[in-house]
Amino acid sequence: MGITLINLAYLVASVLFILGLKGLTHPRTAVRGNSLGALAMLLAVLATLLDQRILSFEYILIGVVVGSLIGVAFAAKIPMTSMPELVAIFNGFGGVASVLVAGAALIEVQGPSHQFTVSTAASGLIGTVTFWGSLVAFFKLMEVLKRLIQFPGQQFFNGLLTLVCIGLGGWLVLEPGQMDAFWIMVCVASLLGVMLVVPIGGADMPVVIAFLNSCSGLAAAATGFVLDNNVLIIAGSLVGASGLILTQIMCKAMNRSLGNVFFGGGGATPAASGASDDEVYAGKIKSTSADEVAMLFDTARRVVIVPGYGMAVAQAQHAVRDLADLLEQRGIEVEYGIHPVAGRMPGHMNVLLAEAEISYDKLVEMDRINATFQQTDVALVIGANDVVNPLAREDNSGPIAGMPILDVDKSRTVVVIKRSLSPGFAGIPNPLFAADNSLMFFGSAKEAVLDLVTAVKES
Amino acid sequence: MEMFVAALTVFVLAVFIGFEIITKIPPTLHTPLMSGSNAISGVTLVGALLSAGSSEDPTLATYLGLSALVFATINAVGGFMVTHRMLSMFKRRD
Repeated sequence: MGITLINLAYLVASVLFILGLKGLTHPRTAVRGNSLGALAMLLAVLATLLDQRILSFEYILIGVVVGSLIGVAFAAKIPMTSMPELVAIFNGFGGVASVLVAGAALIEVQGPSHQFTVSTAASGLIGTVTFWGSLVAFFKLMEVLKRLIQFPGQQFFNGLLTLVCIGLGGWLVLEPGQMDAFWIMVCVASLLGVMLVVPIGGADMPVVIAFLNSCSGLAAAATGFVLDNNVLIIAGSLVGASGLILTQIMCKAMNRSLGNVFFGGGGATPAASGASDDEVYAGKIKSTSADEVAMLFDTARRVVIVPGYGMAVAQAQHAVRDLADLLEQRGIEVEYGIHPVAGRMPGHMNVLLAEAEISYDKLVEMDRINATFQQTDVALVIGANDVVNPLAREDNSGPIAGMPILDVDKSRTVVVIKRSLSPGFAGIPNPLFAADNSLMFFGSAKEAVLDLVTAVKES
Repeated sequence: MEMFVAALTVFVLAVFIGFEIITKIPPTLHTPLMSGSNAISGVTLVGALLSAGSSEDPTLATYLGLSALVFATINAVGGFMVTHRMLSMFKRRD
């Protein structure tokens, strides 16, 4: 009876996890969805505590208390700009937890089946790579680790490490008593995890953390196979699927393949050919002032704000919201056009704008906002560059060729707030800045927007 | 082998459900989705509890279980909390 009851509780928990994710399909139901997920976790934990295999609660109590305290400390303090770092390190924790559980199960098992050994090896490999890869990603996002470490034959070396891991895993399957095989594999996989992520540049980190997110789920699912535990398998595969979809979306938004991110070598390289800055910009840049932009707003009916990460770095979100409020008071329709890679992780920009109390229905995704630029009087680009570069549509050979962009150049006037004409991550000039309908408003995002607020108030 | 096929069935069906649901989540909520799904992957907690509590005299497995428990709890508690913090900022103003 005991086991049946526990498994039924796991079934309820699995259903709640699924319903919880379903809640995330709309901002209105999302908070409730997240609470359902937390409830599912609580239920799974309580059901497990009824298991007769648990003889002592001493270490459980210590583990849960210590883990909760650290978790709360992380969650309560972290600023929204650092969310990518937090998700990266949490991915890693999920991965290492799976490895340790698989390792403990290997010690305790008697007469293991093939399913047990194969999934133990899989959990050890995926979990370890996730842990070390996430740790490197974390330090890259913190900008502690800035250098890209690349050497000739790196891919060959990584391939070799993978083969060694698989070989050690095979040894474990053939001789389940060989616990050493498991721990040696964990050591080799650690090196592999580090080596896979060190050559990847900061601009590609959104793809990397989405991918590692998927891996942490798969590691949990593999641990589910180790323990024959359905709630682990279900929850793990949900997370695996989620991470994989986000990885795909990010790759598409950056016009890269996953293979290119991991093995392409350090992110986008500047185009060897292509027009130089001078050819694109000389004599064509029109610089503007706050008063002039305020005059543009006077006759505008629709304004689209396009924020880039430069806006978030300058902490200009609140100033932007004040400007938008002011424009709306004058009867102007204001929306925000959000490119998928506008922040440092999928959906990051939306969180940063939501934090500045900007209504979520004003945050419009790329495909929908692109259909409206032709009816837009002013597109206000703040701290974004590559994601509004029309070369992506026109030039077939450049580093951003084919990347989906926000078509701000189709609006009547484009105002670009930017410190200088310096290039973005792609390292190429942006013809948008020199276009006939573009005005450059040079300055730091926050001061420029505050100047605009003052100018609009006075006009 | 029977058990394995049953587990594999559950796995494959869950992946399909995952794909169906996640593709419907709007880009606006992709960051909370990542931190929330991260918290869900803390479900390894279940396995960690079994190892950490499996004997009264602590063995190597107990200590491995204990460390797994700490990591998984950070993941679950921290993940759900930070997701809640983020999601409560998404408001509609009329």
